[in-house]
Amino acid sequence: MSNIPAQLKYTRSHEWLEQRADGTVRVGITDHAQDLLGDMVYVELPEDGRVVKAGEECAVVESVKAASDVYAPISGTITAINPALAGAPEIVNSDPYGDGWLFCIQPANPAEIAQLLDATAYEAAAQDH
Amino acid sequence: MANKTVLVQEHQKLGAKIVDFAGWDMPLHYGSQLDEHRMVRSDAGMFDVSHMTVVDVSGDDAAVYLRYLLANNVDRLTRRGKALYSCMLNESGGIIDDLIVFWCGDDFYRVIVNAATRDKDLAWMKKQAQDFLVQVRERDDLSMIAVQGPNARAKAHVALGRELAARVEALGIFFGEQFGSLFISRTGYTGEDGYEIVLPHNEAVAMWQALLAAGVAPAGLGARDTLRLEAGMNLYGTDMDENTSPLESGLAWTIGWEPKDRDFIGRAALEAQRGDPQLPHFIGLMLTDRGVLRNHMTVQLDGQQVGEITSGTFSPTLGQAIAMARVSGAVKNRCQIDIRGKLHDARVVKLPFVRNGRSCVEA
Repeated sequence: MSNIPAQLKYTRSHEWLEQRADGTVRVGITDHAQDLLGDMVYVELPEDGRVVKAGEECAVVESVKAASDVYAPISGTITAINPALAGAPEIVNSDPYGDGWLFCIQPANPAEIAQLLDATAYEAAAQDH
Repeated sequence: MANKTVLVQEHQKLGAKIVDFAGWDMPLHYGSQLDEHRMVRSDAGMFDVSHMTVVDVSGDDAAVYLRYLLANNVDRLTRRGKALYSCMLNESGGIIDDLIVFWCGDDFYRVIVNAATRDKDLAWMKKQAQDFLVQVRERDDLSMIAVQGPNARAKAHVALGRELAARVEALGIFFGEQFGSLFISRTGYTGEDGYEIVLPHNEAVAMWQALLAAGVAPAGLGARDTLRLEAGMNLYGTDMDENTSPLESGLAWTIGWEPKDRDFIGRAALEAQRGDPQLPHFIGLMLTDRGVLRNHMTVQLDGQQVGEITSGTFSPTLGQAIAMARVSGAVKNRCQIDIRGKLHDARVVKLPFVRNGRSCVEA
């Protein structure tokens, strides 16, 4: 099985979420997702300041094989996007939980975070996909 | 049960991701499709293409039969061993398959057709053979390995051994010849130099391992697709099928119109299409913006849909999205592509995009 860090939260659609000291959360796609998609060639990110609802499409990761939507794991406002991905989308493959992060959200309702999957639950969910 | 080539265990040993392709378990990639693509452009890569179908055509009427069966004219094969690319058409001028035919010897031709079309091709070829003194024989006893890239031939020569290499080296571009149990041709589907080696199943594993030992990198169907698209080569079932003619598929150059009295299947339909200004045409496209072009995205001009992308991808060599598309005559130099509801500018470019490792696209 792929790498699933214990400290992160996850969605069934293969996003991860990391809570940060400043109250924002950082979002990316899981190691499992990047492995399924293959070599990344283009990442389309949301505009800074966009207000998103949980489950809303807000980014697209494109590999040589296919385009895949990325959904906002929680509701809130986009506060940052990863500037490195425009020139080097392959970072999503090489470091999906680190330098390959996609965007940050200021949560509208922090209680939504608790409802996401933990690593164990995500591992079970990911085995079906 | 899926068909397996005799190399399937070799692929598994190399960590291949295996996918179904036309009923065959085939390697999609061995870790990174992009790396494999770049290896073929810069050095040497090899593909297991044993799923493709080898058909031998022999008999007194072999040439007469092929002159009738194929849209291109086998009379163009004036030197033994020479290969010809052709479409095989139905009566309406639609493409049943595209293929390569080699003139191997007196009354003997070797035809290589696609994997996904095996059954219908063989049925069609046998049906059309009924009025000719000809045998159409599928060679399901053979495997096939394509070795491609600027260093592919040199590395293949090492794998073949000095004695054989000295003879194989003399093969001209687009020629094929039998060397003992190996049928080797200087052909391919990547836009690079190289060989395609057709050989008995029980020799395929040893050949694969020898090529690996000579420094040829394994490459999967994923890289094969991006390489052929950069090379501006059509893929059957994607860029053309039984409802499209060679004239609508960028393959007018493969029609052997001369001599005028050569009767081939589909000729009447093609003659009727020829010169029709309404006939869609086939173009190369390059996306001006960032993004990726994909199959079936619509091509637009002044807010009107004027065509569709038949094959689109991100070109690893050019670092930009490229595509082939079938469009109406209105499209000249520029158009727009609908990517997830937003229109993006694209420009029309001459095919191929890449040949022998270099961009062919004019700035």
